[in-house]
Amino acid sequence: MLITAHGISRKYDRTRSSQGSLQVLSETDLTIEGGKIIVIYGRSGSGKSTLLNILAGILSPSSGTVRYDGRDIYSLPDRELSVLRCKEVGYIPQLHSAVGTLSVRENILLPSAVIGNGKENLKSDELIEQLDLKEICNVRANVLSGGELRRLSVARALINSPSVIFADEPTNDLDDDTSQLVLQQLRLAAQNGAAVVIVTHELFARDYADVLLRMQQGSLVREKG
Amino acid sequence: MSIKKLLYKSITGRPLRSFALLFICVLMSGVVFGGAVLSASMKNGMNSLEHRFGADIIVVPKSAKGQVELENMLLQGTPGYFYMDKSVNGALEKINGVEKLSAQYFLVSANSECCSAKVQIIGFDDDTDFSVKPWLSEAYSEKLGLNELIVGSGISAQVGHSLKFYGVECKTVGKLESTGTGIDTAVYASAETVKGLIKAAGSKGISVLSKQSPDDVISSVYIKVQDGYDIDEVTADINLGIDGVQAVRTKSMITATADRLSVFSSSITVLISAVYILSAVIMLIVFTAFVNERKGEFALLRVIGFSRFMLGRQVMSEASVICVVGALIGISAASVIVFPFASLIEKKAALPMLSPDLISVVGYALLAFAAVAVTGPLASAYSAYRLSRIDTGRIFREGDR
Repeated sequence: MLITAHGISRKYDRTRSSQGSLQVLSETDLTIEGGKIIVIYGRSGSGKSTLLNILAGILSPSSGTVRYDGRDIYSLPDRELSVLRCKEVGYIPQLHSAVGTLSVRENILLPSAVIGNGKENLKSDELIEQLDLKEICNVRANVLSGGELRRLSVARALINSPSVIFADEPTNDLDDDTSQLVLQQLRLAAQNGAAVVIVTHELFARDYADVLLRMQQGSLVREKG
Repeated sequence: MSIKKLLYKSITGRPLRSFALLFICVLMSGVVFGGAVLSASMKNGMNSLEHRFGADIIVVPKSAKGQVELENMLLQGTPGYFYMDKSVNGALEKINGVEKLSAQYFLVSANSECCSAKVQIIGFDDDTDFSVKPWLSEAYSEKLGLNELIVGSGISAQVGHSLKFYGVECKTVGKLESTGTGIDTAVYASAETVKGLIKAAGSKGISVLSKQSPDDVISSVYIKVQDGYDIDEVTADINLGIDGVQAVRTKSMITATADRLSVFSSSITVLISAVYILSAVIMLIVFTAFVNERKGEFALLRVIGFSRFMLGRQVMSEASVICVVGALIGISAASVIVFPFASLIEKKAALPMLSPDLISVVGYALLAFAAVAVTGPLASAYSAYRLSRIDTGRIFREGDR
């Protein structure tokens, strides 16, 4: 999977009390290839998550295009874009990590409610084992800790063996061991051919980067790779 | 994992919210169905009563508050009796405009060993009657013989069974259909049978007459007015011309009941409308709040591949399931209350009631079901639409703000 972003920018309308709009992301170009981990770091509010969401197909850019193997995803009908997200994209959100009424296992298997291939149960067992979720796999998600929710998100993002994984602050608030566990899983996914994009403000995550980009005032600066 | 399982978990995983919504649906469907059935029962009872009067004027003794007793007897089935001198019949024949008249004889059986049960006994003159025979013939078309009875639907005796009144064995030869009026708990017999029973009561020491012979008294006279005569004028002539009697237009008796029915019916309509509108507004508010509360969850579903359509369908499906279950419970609960307690409601409301036939009941049930099953999903449709417009990336970016 080759993802190319060309000239993407994003503005947000300000609140009613103030005028104008807020430019969060300036015109940016980026190419993402399979098998590599791209780490984008920068201060809070620098536009990292906005860029990630635009690349993941869940936030339309104010300008520019995002192409997956040449297909402009924001010109696709909603249904097709949704199918593409389910099949090709794994997303690890910073917030809203799980459906509270479902168990850990059911949350991991959630993408199979949209498109299933019959192999999810086997894969989920594997991921539950790898991410140390076995003891809590039947526990409802609304009672999980932050670290458990993050591991659950990683497992769900990997369940469909996606071509690209977007991770928004995947090690935020995690202890060192859990952070290493999560990042190792993402490294493993990259080794298996997936493109991995991580946005973070934590320094140690940069060690996993094949390509390191710094987000500064809405623009990307290449630092490595 | 499947969409159905997600739906099931979403409903059962939030028991308080689901139960509250279910309760609203139960209330809504119960009130719509129960109210519609009650209203129809009262209208049916009224129609049945009108059909069974068959006379323009009824004459009763003035002293005995005969009108009230007759009304209670016919509408609510409260047993009663009163008598006046037979000569009234002759006097009424002389009143201008009286085309037909026929006397009736009332008696109440006793609550003791001599009688099978305490019931209202109504005797009619087979030769002159024009009021009760037309509809009594639906149950028994022959002339009633001595000690033969036609019983109301509320009397447990079946055709061929005997009932004992004051030691006299009477044979049941016919049984009437339910009317929703006091007729259901009365028995009809010939004038001779009732006179015989009055005498038998006397011999058992239960004297319903002071000095007169049963052959010299009547209880009421049903009058048919000739065409071209004003019924009110004939009524006034009777009241002015004959002492000790009170002539009542049957229509005025029915009108008083009809007025009460109208008030009751209007109250039910207002109640149904109020509950329906209130429930619909509550549903709209609950679904809107529910979407706001679950924005994060829906954003997550979007990111894993739910289309806008799937998300909207999910919300509407949750509403539909709760509403369908609620409607079924509500209709069942209303049936359990309305049908078994119909006679109690009839007594409290002092109105004749006749349950609608099965097809009508099914129709009202479908109406109540549709009212709830459509309103819930409609109330959630706005939330589903708003949800489908949600900018997923923005929710992830903003958190719960």
